[in-house]
Amino acid sequence: MQLRHGAAALALAAGCIAGNALAQSIKIAYIDPLSGAFANVGEAGASQFQMVIEDINAKGGVLGGRKLELVKFDNKTSPQESLIQFKAVTDQGIRYITQGNGSSVAGVLIDAVNKWNERNPDKTVLFLNYAAVDPDFTNDKCSFWHFRFDANSDMKMQALTSFIAKRPAIKKVYLFNQDYQFGKQVSRAANEMLGKKRPDIKIVGDEFIGLGKVKDFAPYVAKIKATGADTVITGNWGNDLTLFVKAAREAGLKSDFYTYYGGGLGTPAALGASAEGKVKQITEWHINIPNTPILPFAQEFKKRTKIDLYYGRVNVQMRMFAAALNSAGSDDPAKVATALEGMFLSTEIGDVEMRKDDHQLLQNLYISTFTKVDGKNPKYDLEGTGFAPHRHVELPHRLRCRPPAR
Amino acid sequence: MEFFLVSLLNGVSYGLLLFMLSSGLTLIFSMMGVLNFAHASFYMLGAYFAYQISTAVGFWPALVLAPLLVGVVGGAIERYGLRRVHRYGHVPELLFTFGLAYLIEEVVHLIWGRIAVDYRIPEALDFGAFQVFDSLYPAYRVFMMAVSIAMLGALYWTLTRTRIGLIIRAALTHADMVQALGHNVPRVFMLVFGGGCALAALAGVIGGNAFVTEPAMAAAVGSIVFVVIVVGGLGSLAGAFIASLAIGVIQTFAVALDWSLLDTFREVGWTGEAARAIGTIKLSQFAPVLPYILMVLILIFRPRGLLGRRDT
Repeated sequence: MQLRHGAAALALAAGCIAGNALAQSIKIAYIDPLSGAFANVGEAGASQFQMVIEDINAKGGVLGGRKLELVKFDNKTSPQESLIQFKAVTDQGIRYITQGNGSSVAGVLIDAVNKWNERNPDKTVLFLNYAAVDPDFTNDKCSFWHFRFDANSDMKMQALTSFIAKRPAIKKVYLFNQDYQFGKQVSRAANEMLGKKRPDIKIVGDEFIGLGKVKDFAPYVAKIKATGADTVITGNWGNDLTLFVKAAREAGLKSDFYTYYGGGLGTPAALGASAEGKVKQITEWHINIPNTPILPFAQEFKKRTKIDLYYGRVNVQMRMFAAALNSAGSDDPAKVATALEGMFLSTEIGDVEMRKDDHQLLQNLYISTFTKVDGKNPKYDLEGTGFAPHRHVELPHRLRCRPPAR
Repeated sequence: MEFFLVSLLNGVSYGLLLFMLSSGLTLIFSMMGVLNFAHASFYMLGAYFAYQISTAVGFWPALVLAPLLVGVVGGAIERYGLRRVHRYGHVPELLFTFGLAYLIEEVVHLIWGRIAVDYRIPEALDFGAFQVFDSLYPAYRVFMMAVSIAMLGALYWTLTRTRIGLIIRAALTHADMVQALGHNVPRVFMLVFGGGCALAALAGVIGGNAFVTEPAMAAAVGSIVFVVIVVGGLGSLAGAFIASLAIGVIQTFAVALDWSLLDTFREVGWTGEAARAIGTIKLSQFAPVLPYILMVLILIFRPRGLLGRRDT
């Protein structure tokens, strides 16, 4: 009898713990700059994650009622600091991390996650990458524990160079990038691909600047001007792009800009009217693509944070993550990763597929040009400038044949 | 030629900004023997104050009010902080200003956050001032130069042509004698410290919107102003002026030149493996380090600096 009581109590206690686990939220660690030169970018990203998560939670959460929860960690865009933060993440028992700003950071995080998972097979961690686009992460450094939701820099450069190849007016190209993995990859890809597609184009400059180090870009702009470049290709982001275009505008640089992140936080405001017809960006989404279901979300985000929504892919990532949790029926990262592999999803910005071989998301890309907003088409401007990306070229990706719905 | 002129103008305007920053530092040092580690923090405070004031009443009042306010803050810090520490000698003073730099940065974090604030160039100055061949030179850069030169003139006039300047210059070398003659030397110290801080703040007001106003801006210029005053000679205003212009111009041109060591090695006929390994670094990538190399060279070959009078 005594024994049976004990067993009952134990069962009750076990039930309590299980109930607790059911009610417990699933935490996602956001490891990105919340201070330092790129803090503005990091904070804007965090706000968007927060709002998507609230939306998912409001619609019933995941795994039959459990909530998602964002926990922020400040890495100051530093790889060393990121490792310290990753230690804090694992100490707190968080099993999912997301990061985007800086392939330098993503590289060390992938290594850290791989090592951690090898040593702690019962406490594995999954890395969802929303913006670090060094192609190596889905090639040589490919990891089962890493998924990338942004097109990698080679995919974007393929699109940009194909676009450039059709424009015979482009004769002299200047490459202007940040001095770390990503910037080097952009430069390498541009050199290779332009060399193949348009061997007549002269690359008149191939410049690298310290990540977040330069505050006065006027000397660089004078240098670009002296080369007579008609086109600048830049992978710069954050203040490295904002301050650059600001200096270019002040000095009246007339070149076209082919950017990876031209619509990103702060850049449209720094460009102002000087962007018209000159600045292009390549993204998975922008505000003037008609009839994308993400629009109400973008408007609500703007109302709440006064920031123009930039990352279509953050929504994609979190929707896929929620779908993967549900289809795995578990919050175990290994099972979620397996569920993510090869997953198809119709999202707010279109149909996407997570390629099984290398964990690279396939999605449509758009090359758009900054255009004056007339209230109809294009309808929405960015950062109160009266200008926004428009007149895009759509570059659809090819999905595999969709398997029958299960 | 166009490129040369534009780069020269960029270099000079950056150099003049550096001078505005370092003149206060070198004045304070020559007078009080205090190397003020928090000097760049006053530059940052100037930018933030100007941002705050300009959102309320516009840029032009901010141009005057922000440096004055920072000057008052600086004077108060000297009167109630530094002066108390002074009697324990130089090391506590140094540590005091060192801590002050951190304190100011944290206060900025608390009040304005960790993100850059949207401090912009006033619209009245947002246009091309004049044509350099076929490119427009931005008016704000011209304005920066004008303010720096006006400040330089005012500083020179104050130090050489006014009574207070006379006392300051006397107190520089013979503080005890000036005190014995009945002047309030501690108050002169307070004035100089406050004035030095106000100069740094003025640089912040016009530099903050030309570049970016963020909590890291103090650290970004902090080390370079020390280079300026070491190269110029500790305590020498004229030296600081020459050094800041030189560093501004050197840095600007270094960025602009794609010349690499490899070319030089080839000239002298050294084309080995090692030459190729070192030589691929371009001068433009080297630009941020150049001022520090200059400082090291000066410390080796002329420790007193260009125009310094004492050997340190």
